[in-house]
Amino acid sequence: MASFLAKRFLSGVLLLFAISSMAFFLIYASTTNIASNILGEGATPDQILKKSHELGLDQPITTRYLSWLKHAVRGDFGTSWANNDSVVSEIMRRLPVTLSLVLIAIFIAAVLATTLGVLAAIKGGAIDRTVQILAVAGFAIPGFIVAIILVTFLAVKAHIFPATGWVAFGENPANWAKSITLPVVSLVIATMTSSAQQIRSAVKSVLERDFIRTLTSRGISRREIIIKHVLRAAAPAGLTVLSLQFVGMLGGTVIVEKIFALPGMGDLVVNATASGDTPLVMGIVVYTVIIVIVINLVVDLINGWLNPKVRVQ
Amino acid sequence: MKNTGPLRKVLRNPLGVAVVAYLFIILILALFGSSFSHWNPNKPDVFSVLQGPSAKHWFGTDSAGRDVYTRLLVGSRATLIAAALVVATALLIGVPVGMFAGYYGGALDAAASWASNMLMSLPVMIILLSARTVIGSSIYSSMFIVGVLVAPGFFRLTRTAVMAVRNELYVDAARVSGLSDIRIMSKHILTVVRAPIIIQTSMIAGIAISFQSSLEFLGLGDSSLVSWGVMLNDGFRNIFMKPILLFWPALAISLTIASFVLFGNAFRDALEDSKKVKAKKSDPTIVISETPAAADESRHLLSVTHLGIGYPLADGGLKKVVNEISFSVDKGEVLGIVGESGSGKTQTAFSILGLLPESAVITSGRVSFNGESLLSPEKGKISEKAMREFRGKKIAYIPQEPMSNLDPNFKIGYQLVRPMVKVLGLSKADAVAKAHSLLKTVGIENTERIFNAYPHEISGGMAQRVLIAGAVSCDPDLLIADEPTTALDVTIQAEVLDLLRDLQGKFGMGIILVTHNFGVVADLCDRVVVMQNGSVVESGDVRTILKAPREPYTQELLSSMLVDKTPMTLLTSGKGK
Repeated sequence: MASFLAKRFLSGVLLLFAISSMAFFLIYASTTNIASNILGEGATPDQILKKSHELGLDQPITTRYLSWLKHAVRGDFGTSWANNDSVVSEIMRRLPVTLSLVLIAIFIAAVLATTLGVLAAIKGGAIDRTVQILAVAGFAIPGFIVAIILVTFLAVKAHIFPATGWVAFGENPANWAKSITLPVVSLVIATMTSSAQQIRSAVKSVLERDFIRTLTSRGISRREIIIKHVLRAAAPAGLTVLSLQFVGMLGGTVIVEKIFALPGMGDLVVNATASGDTPLVMGIVVYTVIIVIVINLVVDLINGWLNPKVRVQ
Repeated sequence: MKNTGPLRKVLRNPLGVAVVAYLFIILILALFGSSFSHWNPNKPDVFSVLQGPSAKHWFGTDSAGRDVYTRLLVGSRATLIAAALVVATALLIGVPVGMFAGYYGGALDAAASWASNMLMSLPVMIILLSARTVIGSSIYSSMFIVGVLVAPGFFRLTRTAVMAVRNELYVDAARVSGLSDIRIMSKHILTVVRAPIIIQTSMIAGIAISFQSSLEFLGLGDSSLVSWGVMLNDGFRNIFMKPILLFWPALAISLTIASFVLFGNAFRDALEDSKKVKAKKSDPTIVISETPAAADESRHLLSVTHLGIGYPLADGGLKKVVNEISFSVDKGEVLGIVGESGSGKTQTAFSILGLLPESAVITSGRVSFNGESLLSPEKGKISEKAMREFRGKKIAYIPQEPMSNLDPNFKIGYQLVRPMVKVLGLSKADAVAKAHSLLKTVGIENTERIFNAYPHEISGGMAQRVLIAGAVSCDPDLLIADEPTTALDVTIQAEVLDLLRDLQGKFGMGIILVTHNFGVVADLCDRVVVMQNGSVVESGDVRTILKAPREPYTQELLSSMLVDKTPMTLLTSGKGK
């Protein structure tokens, strides 16, 4: 188990290193005239040279990369070119908004998808057909269109929820809940339907396995078989589905945050890429990949713990 | 013309026709959209901004006074180009890499799989946005990145398919006949992956449209381009004044993605349909014949009278797998049911325990145990609760394949103890003690180790002993053993048969032994039922049938056994029982 986790952890670190290095070279190699872009049109050649030197742009790219890497491993991603704020503090301001959105949404989506998927697999009939139709509908209507529909009807027309804006939890919990409801619902609807469908197939394939029949023949009730044996055996597949959905949601928040004007990571990444703020973009890439790696590690850990073959070693 | 099969089937179902028709219309619009309207989709008109629908502007105008209807028609082009770009990029990367990785394996495969897993674990949207600093704001170069990011879908599909066929005989034959690897791959292997690739392509086209429109909606595309995503962006900026502007592009996007997805689904259904017949749950045309209770039922431990089992077919008919069969087992008697695979013997065994799959239909006859009816068409499906009175306690079951019949997630001990606690009502401590003595009985020395082991830690022979211990743990009157030795090594087979004989002597159970091996029958059984194609062809005393089989089928089975070099078991029967 320990060696299994160590291997997964190492693979995660390798992934982080590979992606951030690739991103660094690609982004820096392709952006030109950085200093003059930052200074604006009226800048003199002297000012541009000075700015370039200040940002270290006059050094060879490998030197810059090594310096970036040296600082990055200590958690220092430099300062934003747009406003000279530290990249880390900028991200830390935005991360709580995005994480609270995604964590609440994935929790609700997990509960709903598991309930629907399991019921569809064991009961069949109408609920099974509903889950299958929902899966197609959920795929066909992209998450941001769901969000647009919700905003149009529940905020703009009916005024039940605010259309835009963010209220911190500490400020006013009731308004926080109101401001977060529509974004969360959009994310849940976009991911829940396909997860339910995939969890349904996972449970169905466990139900067809031989040991389920043998347990039944021993006189164990169907209820106990489903709760103890089927769910246990289907759990790893279900968790993998949900972890992929979580990663998908990290991307989905970009649009949801834009639609509801929430000050999260998605909003930040849109602004950073639009203004060519390379240190900030690099910081966001690294943080996002770290979140993905942590989620995958947690899922590996739970799956390893659920699977005796891994656990016992 | 093989490959027109599934496509033709798609066109036979109304939804398939609708979907294909819709996609065809979109394609026509993409090519000639602007000729269906006299408006210029890009011509602003400050005097007719944000107008409602009128005879002049059917769907109204947007914030620059442009005709919404025309922009909707013309916007289909950008959508289809984006989808085609993503699919082409993903295909060109995913399929060849998957093919080489699957065909050659080794380091290439490891590296490609690692890269594929890496790409799959990334949030596409964030990568896409970061990449924009590199590739610029053109929506089409973004679509290229999306294509790279979704290529793992094709890669995995192709790799799995290639790995499955690379050792097939026809591929070997092609190799031996001197075809180059590239030729083999493109000729033989591409044929195998074609259908799954079509399905995946339609899904990826849907994903592509979703990404394209969301990028443009964010205002990150080229705003001078006429596309549905750009229209959404305009509509969203005017959501308080004219929310209807959102409706048309949202509808067009959703319908187009849905069409791609539904086409993929319909194509998959068509493929699966040609492979297997779909089972329907209930069918009114199924005729169930009534059977009067046989007078002598209560004399036997188990009696099966005129039992028929069938599975509904897609065309409304019924595929009969067991036909009006009758036999009985008495207390302490060993009955063999012999037949080839597909003869209906396992279906018969499952029906006695109520373990048939959901879709199975009892078409006739009854099964009764000590005169109590377990199964009959009049009663329909036996209630789960009623059946639990019998399972484990009165009738027990030994499966064929030992390893797959133990739950890999639970220790052996738990799997033995739990039924005894539930069925016999023993205390946990008593059940544990009994489990240990049962493991001893089935010939396991180190019961402590096996008790605490997980199924993957023990051998197949050991697992079968555990399953036999589990079957007899609640003192059943009847044991149903479904090919209990088939999956085991020859040496262990004999030991397991000996064990069954010992247990039968010890507990005085009736046994139904389902097997294809007459040697096993000769070794263990008192009477035998020979089944073929769901019917009983011959039944009677084992010695009579072995000496003088009346039916040609029985003779065939017997002689095949002799050819199959198992004279030892025959000799045992010669000694008499």
